[in-house]
Amino acid sequence: MENTKNYFIKTEDLCASYEEDDGRAVQVLSGVSLGIEKGEYVAVLGHNGSGKSTFAKLLNMILLPDSGKIYIDGTDITREDITEKEIYDIRRKIGMVFQNPDNQLVATIVEEDVAFGPENLGIPSAEIRQRVDEALSLVGMSEYARHEPHRLSGGQKQRVAIAGIIAMMPDCMIFDESTAMLDPIGRKEVMDTIDMLRREKGITIINITHHMNEAVRADRVIVLNDGKVYMDGTPEEIFGEPYKLELAGLEVPQCTALIQELSRKGLRLDGECTTPEKCAKLLRNAIGGKKNG
Amino acid sequence: MKNISLGQYYPGNSVIHRMDPRMKLILSLLYIVCSFLCRNIISFGLLFVSAIVLILLSRIPMSLIMRSIRPILFILAFTVVINIFWTSGETLLFEWKFIHIYLEGVMNAVFMVLRIFVLIVGASLFLTYTTTPIALTDAIEQLFAPLKRIKVPVHEFAMMMTIALRFIPTLIDETDKIMSAQKARGADFTSGSLINRAKALIPILIPLFVSSFRRADELATAMECRCYHGGEGRTRMSILHYRALDFIAILIMITFGVSLVLLNMLGIGYTM
Ligand SMILES: Nc1ncnc2c1ncn2[C@@H]1O[C@H](COP(=O)(O)OP(=O)(O)OP(=O)(O)O)[C@@H](O)[C@H]1O
Ligand SMILES: [Mg+2]
Repeated sequence: MENTKNYFIKTEDLCASYEEDDGRAVQVLSGVSLGIEKGEYVAVLGHNGSGKSTFAKLLNMILLPDSGKIYIDGTDITREDITEKEIYDIRRKIGMVFQNPDNQLVATIVEEDVAFGPENLGIPSAEIRQRVDEALSLVGMSEYARHEPHRLSGGQKQRVAIAGIIAMMPDCMIFDESTAMLDPIGRKEVMDTIDMLRREKGITIINITHHMNEAVRADRVIVLNDGKVYMDGTPEEIFGEPYKLELAGLEVPQCTALIQELSRKGLRLDGECTTPEKCAKLLRNAIGGKKNG
Repeated sequence: MKNISLGQYYPGNSVIHRMDPRMKLILSLLYIVCSFLCRNIISFGLLFVSAIVLILLSRIPMSLIMRSIRPILFILAFTVVINIFWTSGETLLFEWKFIHIYLEGVMNAVFMVLRIFVLIVGASLFLTYTTTPIALTDAIEQLFAPLKRIKVPVHEFAMMMTIALRFIPTLIDETDKIMSAQKARGADFTSGSLINRAKALIPILIPLFVSSFRRADELATAMECRCYHGGEGRTRMSILHYRALDFIAILIMITFGVSLVLLNMLGIGYTM
C-alpha cells in the first residue's frame, strides 16, 4: 500500500477476459502490473488485439477486471463497495478520447458537445459556460463554437472531443488511437494539442498508438504483448531493441531503423536516435567527421 | 452532401427568431387553436391578415413559404373539390345534371383552404423556419419536464432526438460513400424494375445497419466515459429564459383568439 501513493495510476497483477459467443472466456490481459506517475507522458504500443484498449477501459471502469488491483490517485477502484459517485469521479479524473471522431460527439453544436461532460457532473451553468470557453480556446477551436460538428475536419472534431474532456478538468487523459483515422495534418494538430496539454496543464497522458513516430514523443513507452507488459522504458531504450520489438509484431520508427541499418553496414554512429531531427544531427556529425578527418 | 441542413431553419434575427423556443411551441399550438375558432368571413379575414403579418415579422422570403405549401397542394385541391361538390345548402349557385354547387360549399372550401394555409404557415413560421432543431429539442425537454414525475422519459426522448439530429448528416454521408462503393462494383440503382431497384438497395442498407450499430456502441461508451448517467442530477449550460417579448407575444395571441370568438358573434354573412 505504501507505494500506491506515489503513483497516479497503479495496477497490480491485472487480469481481464472477454466471453466469446460460445461461452468460452478469452484471456486478454494476464497479469499487468504498472505504475504511472502524475504528469507522465506514456505511449502504449502493441499489435492489434494485444489488449491496449481493454487496459484503457479498465482504468476508468468501463470494463471490470477478473482479478488484480487498480489504484487511481490512491483509491482502490476494484473493491466491492465502490459507490456510483466514486465511479463518476474516476471517469472525470481519467478522460478518454477514442479513435473515430464521429462516434464520440453527442451534440449538434460544438459548444453544446463540450458542455456535455460538465453537464453530466451537475456543474452550475455559469461555470460550465466558463469551462467550455476555456477548453475551446485551449484547443484553438473558439471560432467554431457555434458550428455543427459534422462540418468540421477530422482533426478539428478530435480537438472538440479533447475540449469535451478538458472541460471536465481531468488529471489524466487516455488517447486510444485518436490519430488513427486522421490525415497527416489532423494527426499533427492532435499530437501538438496533446503536447500542449501536458506542458500547460500538467495532465498525465497515456497515448495508445500504432504510429512509432508518435510513441517517440512520449517520456516512456510501454509495449503490451500476450496480455503482459513486454517492454517498459524510454523511447531510446525500447527502439534500441528492434529484434525484441519485431517479436511483439512491431517495428521501430523509420529513422531509427535507418541508423541501425547504417551501423550494421559499418558506418559508425554513436547514440540512439528516435526523431528525424536527432537522426539528421547524427548523420551530419558522422559525415562531417569524415570530411574533417 | 456535406451541406445538408436539417429541418428548414432560416437564419435570421427577427422578433420571432428571438422568442424563447418554449414560447414558440406554445404559440404555435395556440395559433392552431385560433384557426379552428374562426366561423365567419370576418374572423377568417382577420386570420388571413394575421398570417401575412407573421410572415412579414419573421422576414422569411415568400418563396420559402410557398415551398412549404407545395407538398400539400394536392390536399388543398382535394379539400376544395370535396367541399364544393358535396356540401348542400340553401343558396344554389350552379346546377348541371347531377352537379349542384351551393354558396355554402364555396364558402366552406375557401374557409378550409385558408385554415390549412394558416396551419402550415403558423407551424413552420414559429417552429421549423425560425427555431433550430436543437433549440426545439431543448424546448420540448424543458416544457415537458413536469411529466418526468409521472415517469414519462422526457430526458431520454430529448437525448434521442439530439443524437438523431447529430447523426443524420453523418449517416447520409456514409450512405453516399457506400453507394459509390457499390456503384464501383457495378451496382445499378437507377434502372430496372421497381423490385430490382429495391433489391439493389439491400447491399447499401446492410453495411449501413452494421456500421450504425457499431457507431451506437462506440457512442454509448464515449458517453459513459463522460459520466453520462441519464437526466438525473444533470445540469445544462444554456438555460432558457422567458423575456418581456415572450409575454407580450402570448398576450397578443390570447387577445387575438378572444377577438376571433367575438367576431364570430357578429353574424355577418355565411357562418361555417
Ligand atoms: N467486446 C468484446 N467481446 C469479445 N472480445 C473482445 C471484445 N473487445 C475486444 N475483444 C478481444 O480482446 C482482444 C483485445 O482487444 P483490444 O481491443 O483490447 O485490443 P487492442 O490492443 O486495443 O487492439 P487494436 O490495436 O486493434 O485496437 C482482442 O482479441 C479482441 O478480439
Ligand atoms: Mg484498441
